[in-house]
Amino acid sequence: MSKIPLQFRHNGREVAIFVDGGTNLLVALRELIGDMTPKFGCGQGGCGTCSVLVDGELVLSCLTLAETVAGRSIETLDGMKQGPNLHPLQRAFADNFAAQCGYCTPGMLMAAKALLDRNPSPSRDEVIEAISGNICRCTGYEPIINAILAAAGGRISA
Amino acid sequence: MTRHRGRGIASINYPIGMNLGGDPSQALVHSNPSGKFTVALSSIDLGQGMKSVTRQICAETLGVPVEDVYVDTADSDTGPHCMGSFASRGTHRVGNAVMAAAREARGVMMEAAAEELEVNAADLETDGRGNIHVKGAPHRSISTKDVAIAAQFKQGKTISGRGIFLVPLSEVNPETGEMSPATCYAHACLVAEVDVDDETGEVAMVRMDSAYELGRALNPRLVEQQLVGGAWMGVSHALYETPEPYYPEPVHGPRDFVEYLMPGPGDICPHDIAVLERPAPDGPFGAKGPGEMCANPVLPAVANAIFNAVGVRIDDLPITPEKVLRAIKAQGGARPQPRR
Repeated sequence: MSKIPLQFRHNGREVAIFVDGGTNLLVALRELIGDMTPKFGCGQGGCGTCSVLVDGELVLSCLTLAETVAGRSIETLDGMKQGPNLHPLQRAFADNFAAQCGYCTPGMLMAAKALLDRNPSPSRDEVIEAISGNICRCTGYEPIINAILAAAGGRISA
Repeated sequence: MTRHRGRGIASINYPIGMNLGGDPSQALVHSNPSGKFTVALSSIDLGQGMKSVTRQICAETLGVPVEDVYVDTADSDTGPHCMGSFASRGTHRVGNAVMAAAREARGVMMEAAAEELEVNAADLETDGRGNIHVKGAPHRSISTKDVAIAAQFKQGKTISGRGIFLVPLSEVNPETGEMSPATCYAHACLVAEVDVDDETGEVAMVRMDSAYELGRALNPRLVEQQLVGGAWMGVSHALYETPEPYYPEPVHGPRDFVEYLMPGPGDICPHDIAVLERPAPDGPFGAKGPGEMCANPVLPAVANAIFNAVGVRIDDLPITPEKVLRAIKAQGGARPQPRR
């Protein structure tokens, strides 16, 4: 099988790779770009831990063909930190104990960022809806919901 | 046709650790010349916070800032032996081992400091901020970093300590069956409130109120979060999770995250938690730990709440809508029980 050249923006940086036809975006990011922040959970769109943003829209990278992101802009958790400072969402996750084992956290943060980017002051129900495609085994969701609401609240007061 | 509200209660007496081979765990603590300490463990932190808690226990025992302690876990090739992270034993068993190791390392550290300050080690105390000074004379002081450097390059001492916690194995009395499976017990009581729909058999969580007695809470926020997350897992076990949801054939069971049912963020309910601290005499700084107990009382409390709501006793987990509906049909309709 011949390789397909592929260019896209990865956290603001232009990248160029060669992918096999049928390679999914998760594999391209982890194995070809070396960005290990999107996690492999189920590989079939059931758990949400591979979530990334494509042109600002939340997608499951395990179900996205790498070829379809040519010329588009990908955001992952790796690009969320602002220089040495944590993103307000990351800070809120830490302050609210919203991670235990941490495996769902990258997907949760991307789902939360997708929400706050388009709706800076969501209701609790909107937060629940936004993370309903992401499975967490440890926290019972409550601290994650609280963290996202806290980050949104901080954004309003700032 | 109707949703019935019901309330159920469960209380538990929960053993910390177990009686298998004395249930030992070991810990090693050593300093490097920068005055920082490493705790080596084979015990595993699954996210429940054992690294944080053992770090606190080590720092407190050594008398150094918590930032000066690093905990290295989960390498059974290089770490000292541990039975494992289960049986709610982490904080208590591993914590006790870390405490013993840190105590021995502190002894060497104080001897090394005494040699540098030319005083008796018994006259020294730590300030918890990285300094050791003569009691009543804070100006006669040396930093733990300088002590570590002196020990390494001048005195030829290793500031280190070994710790193990072992409960002598309790043999079973062949006449009475009596034994002592654990050295301390934690306790909890949980009240669950549910709505049961007598048309669909669906059970919705309304709220939970709980009280946990788990010795001293060494890290109250971690304890609280473990109780919140553990209760969610209890709800999941009570109402959702099974590899064989409806039919007794594994082939019909779920094979992946899409088919394996767990409550999502929309299915959770308010949970009010009270933590009662009653320090355990043999716990590290009085701690027992929440452990598996954070999920356990939810299951019987939910089953009792369903009985209170519609009068059916389901004794088979998880309590699926199908089981509730069949039981309601078998008794000829919902029979709400009196609420006390």
